[in-house]
Amino acid sequence: MLSVENFGASYGAAQILYDLSLQVGRGEVVALMGRNGAGKTTTMKAIMGLMAQSTGKIRFDGHDISGKQPYEIARLGLGFTPEDRRIFSDLTVLENLDIGRQPPRKFSDGVPAPVWTEEKLLALFPNLGEMPNRPGGRMSGGEQQMLTVARTLMGNPLLMLLDEPSEGVAPLIVELMANTILELKKAGVSILLSEQNVHFAELVSDRAYVLEKGQIQWNGTMAELAENIDIQRAYLTV
Amino acid sequence: MSFNAFLFQALNGLSAASGLFFVAAGLSLIFGVTRIVNIAHGSLYMIGTYIAYSIATKVGGAVGFWGGIVLTALLVALIGAAIEILLLRRIYKAPELFQLLATFALVLVINDATLWIWGPEDLLGPRAPGLTGSIEVLGRRLPTYDIFLIFVGPFVLWMLHLALAKTRFGRLMRAATQDREMVGALGVNQAMLFTGVFALGALLAGLGGALQIAREPATLATDLIVIGDAFVVVVVGGMGSISGAYLAAVIIAEVKALCIGLGVVNFGGFTVNFSKLTLVAEFLVMAAVLIARPYGLLGREQVAVRSVAEPEEPLRPATAATKIAGLILLVVLVCLPLIAKNSPYTLVLGIDVLIAVLFATSLHFIMGPGGMHSFGHAAYFGLGAYGAALLVKWFAAPMGLALAAAPVLALFGALLFGWFAVRLSGVYLAMLTLAFAQIVWAAVFQWETLTGGSNGVLGVWPSAPFDSRGAFYFLTLALAVLGVFLLRKFLFAPFGYAMRAGRDSPLRAEAIGLDVKRVHWLAFAIAGAVCGIAGGLFAFAKGSISPETIGVSRSIDGLVMVLLGGIQTLTGPIVGASVYAVLQDFMMRSTEYWRALLGGIILLLVLAFPSGIVGGFVKLISRRKTTSKAAS
Amino acid sequence: MSDLAIRSLSKTFGGVRAVNEVSFDIKRGEFLALIGPNGAGKSTCFNMINGQLPPDSGEILFEGAKLNGKKPRDIWRLGIGRTFQVAATFNSMTVIENVQMALISHANQVYRLWKPASSLHRERALELLAQVGMQDAADRPSRELAYGDVKRVELAIALANDPRLLLMDEPTAGMAPKERNDLIALVKRLVIEKGISVLFTEHSMDVVFAFADRIIVLARGRLIADGDAKSIRDNPQVREVYFGTGKTFQKSGAH
Repeated sequence: MLSVENFGASYGAAQILYDLSLQVGRGEVVALMGRNGAGKTTTMKAIMGLMAQSTGKIRFDGHDISGKQPYEIARLGLGFTPEDRRIFSDLTVLENLDIGRQPPRKFSDGVPAPVWTEEKLLALFPNLGEMPNRPGGRMSGGEQQMLTVARTLMGNPLLMLLDEPSEGVAPLIVELMANTILELKKAGVSILLSEQNVHFAELVSDRAYVLEKGQIQWNGTMAELAENIDIQRAYLTV
Repeated sequence: MSFNAFLFQALNGLSAASGLFFVAAGLSLIFGVTRIVNIAHGSLYMIGTYIAYSIATKVGGAVGFWGGIVLTALLVALIGAAIEILLLRRIYKAPELFQLLATFALVLVINDATLWIWGPEDLLGPRAPGLTGSIEVLGRRLPTYDIFLIFVGPFVLWMLHLALAKTRFGRLMRAATQDREMVGALGVNQAMLFTGVFALGALLAGLGGALQIAREPATLATDLIVIGDAFVVVVVGGMGSISGAYLAAVIIAEVKALCIGLGVVNFGGFTVNFSKLTLVAEFLVMAAVLIARPYGLLGREQVAVRSVAEPEEPLRPATAATKIAGLILLVVLVCLPLIAKNSPYTLVLGIDVLIAVLFATSLHFIMGPGGMHSFGHAAYFGLGAYGAALLVKWFAAPMGLALAAAPVLALFGALLFGWFAVRLSGVYLAMLTLAFAQIVWAAVFQWETLTGGSNGVLGVWPSAPFDSRGAFYFLTLALAVLGVFLLRKFLFAPFGYAMRAGRDSPLRAEAIGLDVKRVHWLAFAIAGAVCGIAGGLFAFAKGSISPETIGVSRSIDGLVMVLLGGIQTLTGPIVGASVYAVLQDFMMRSTEYWRALLGGIILLLVLAFPSGIVGGFVKLISRRKTTSKAAS
Repeated sequence: MSDLAIRSLSKTFGGVRAVNEVSFDIKRGEFLALIGPNGAGKSTCFNMINGQLPPDSGEILFEGAKLNGKKPRDIWRLGIGRTFQVAATFNSMTVIENVQMALISHANQVYRLWKPASSLHRERALELLAQVGMQDAADRPSRELAYGDVKRVELAIALANDPRLLLMDEPTAGMAPKERNDLIALVKRLVIEKGISVLFTEHSMDVVFAFADRIIVLARGRLIADGDAKSIRDNPQVREVYFGTGKTFQKSGAH
């Protein structure tokens, strides 16, 4: 579905990502693990075409998307949910959803991708259903987190880049996010998730890459990572 | 004035408000989405008046007039789209102020293009077919066309409202106003959106211009007058608020109409000529509104906009190479009278350049490290120049005293205006400073008995021993070097650090005990005083001073100099001022169309060096360094 | 004795009582955590104490002096330091200049126009950076720092005025768990050495339970619990509003 090869990215004079390669298969949930500053958010942004300086090759659903504009990438069915949510605070919940709207799409093999509508999404996130006309700026952090995910789903993505969905929200919302990811997976959406919390990633992911100082240090199944205390200790928690 | 006459003037005001509203609404929309303060918006309006005139007179009749208005609006929309696609699209990643520089260059180019196509004469269009009559209102004749205009404004307002709330394009515009990058990441082609918004804004400007031809002649001075008015309207109404723009347009048009209506009024032996206040009225309204409601009548506090500007390097003391280069430059400057013995004009130009350097460096002091983008630095230049000139004129003061008075008067002006200005930030601060500069300008222009009005003050010549070109050149050089040196010293001192701390993060600066407003206020005052020296020197260098030399264009010159050199470096304003002053001088002497040429060169520079001349140079060097490092 | 005393503090936004009659104390040298779900009023409470928001009613007393209506900079001068939820530095300065700026302000030298700022208080600034382990980065541009390091520098800045009370708004937000523990352990060590009291808000429960002397819980603007880690963890009301079923935290809570 998504394949990143020998990818590098810089910000100003500082190189942030080095020779990064990763794959996400269809219907898979893959966790990109690492400490803060390891390069997770940069990886996400770079895949989405939001980093000015990057090198290497990115293929998505059969298209070469390296060097493409963010909107072109989004129109191919790659959805992006930023860490800091970036809700349009003047727009209501429904209007925010409308900005994300894109026509229904198919995978390159002709299989239709899951289609999302406002109704479906408000049912998936009942909190949002209670406040369809509330401006985004007057919502709590957790509600904004749900809205940013829902907004991306309005584009009927084939694959979603989900940047730290558990960051900075209360445990109750973290649980909701975990459940949502599992729901999405069931619906056939592939997900590349960036995460610091092994326990959260363990609940939802099939495979994991561990990122440190802009390089992939380890990759394997999530179960392996959960067992591998050495890797965790070296690059992640504990 | 009777109550009926008052009401009649109010109706007049309403019809004038519509035209103002169209330009302001377009400006506001464009700013909201693209974050570009389009100084060329008045130029689009001006083109509108000329195109509509041509169609109306060539085609003639009702089709020529009314069809011409529609066609003009569409043509101007096309021009707007072309500007966006050919120019602005290339510089969205550049710092906001740099984009401003580009649109200012457009003003110059469009003005000369209009001069070339339509010539210098004012062109009076036909009256509106079908609406040539007038009806009696409150005992006076009111043209039916004016009544038509009264209704067009609210109608367009209503249409815009519907479009923003109910259409996807409108929602996208509102979303992009907040976070355009995110809109792009959601699959929206930003480029199309921006082009669309620019075309819509231009359409409104063109419409506003075209509708005016039945009332006023098309003239080349329209662009700057209209953009000034439109800025005021947008700021009073609140950036990005279309309803606010209409409300503000009505208030300002009404206040102006009222001033004209009141005429000369006698307050117990003290006569005030209100019709003379029209020039200042709108700026007084703006200053009052901004002080009471810093974000305009219907505006809201700006959401923190993601800055796309390059991060600034820490301030490092000058390197040995820079010091040597500075020393060499100084030696050359000191020897200039000897080198240029056979071309006396070189010294005249040298003095101009040095004054420009002092002017630009003082502006940079508050713009760069202070983060206060003043659009009205001419005020302090003017106060200095007039302070010195008036002392000479009225008290026959010696030059030394007059030159000493220049920074003092400018300092007081800057203390007064700065106290208000530092309470605002961003575009609002820019506009308030512009308003203060206009007030100074209008006061000088209107107060004939003191200042000589439009004739200015003549016969301000340097006295001995500075009455020769060479000696005055040395005086200017000494003061300019001293001024630049002091400002630089301040920036490296705790005060300069506090200025930057307050700019980088006001919240954090307050949290470590800094009184950010006070620091910025004093910085404003220091910059004003130094700028006053430049003004005083200018008056003596030219032997005279007049209102036109302290108008909006001088403020804009200052901005261009600072941005041209690069706002993030301390040498930037010096290089920028020198290049700009020499270029301007050279062009003015070589062609009638010097504005267009100058504009063209600015555009080229903007496209080639999006971080200013010095900034671009620094980047080039650091890139060299990294490549050589990578190679080794 | 109590360092900071909050008495019946209230604040209303557009008809919603964001903070409702909240009272609590911080004793000298105490490490007090303020927790609660999003929208519970933590930030509002915090911003009233640090002077960014004026309270509608109630009192904030620091060492007996009333803080209500004081500006953030005046509160800082009384000996209260703070760090921000989203850490940032003065981006156009080097790391050490950031600290020097705070020291210059503390020494009332802000309006000096002559002597270069970089030569002032350099020794002391290096000492403070050494305390947070950042002395090696002293002359780097602060905007190039990794986020965790920015947090450390911010802490050094907050310590520059020798505060007696430190307010930390989500000090570990945006940091990896290991870094979180390191940072809080560092804070804890410093405050014990210097006898500083700390009030901090936090989402990371392992940090709270491992380090806080006492925990207070806000929900919908009201204080619903006040006690040590065990009593808070076992409090059914707290569990309900805050922890959910605890599924995602089984392991991380077990530190």
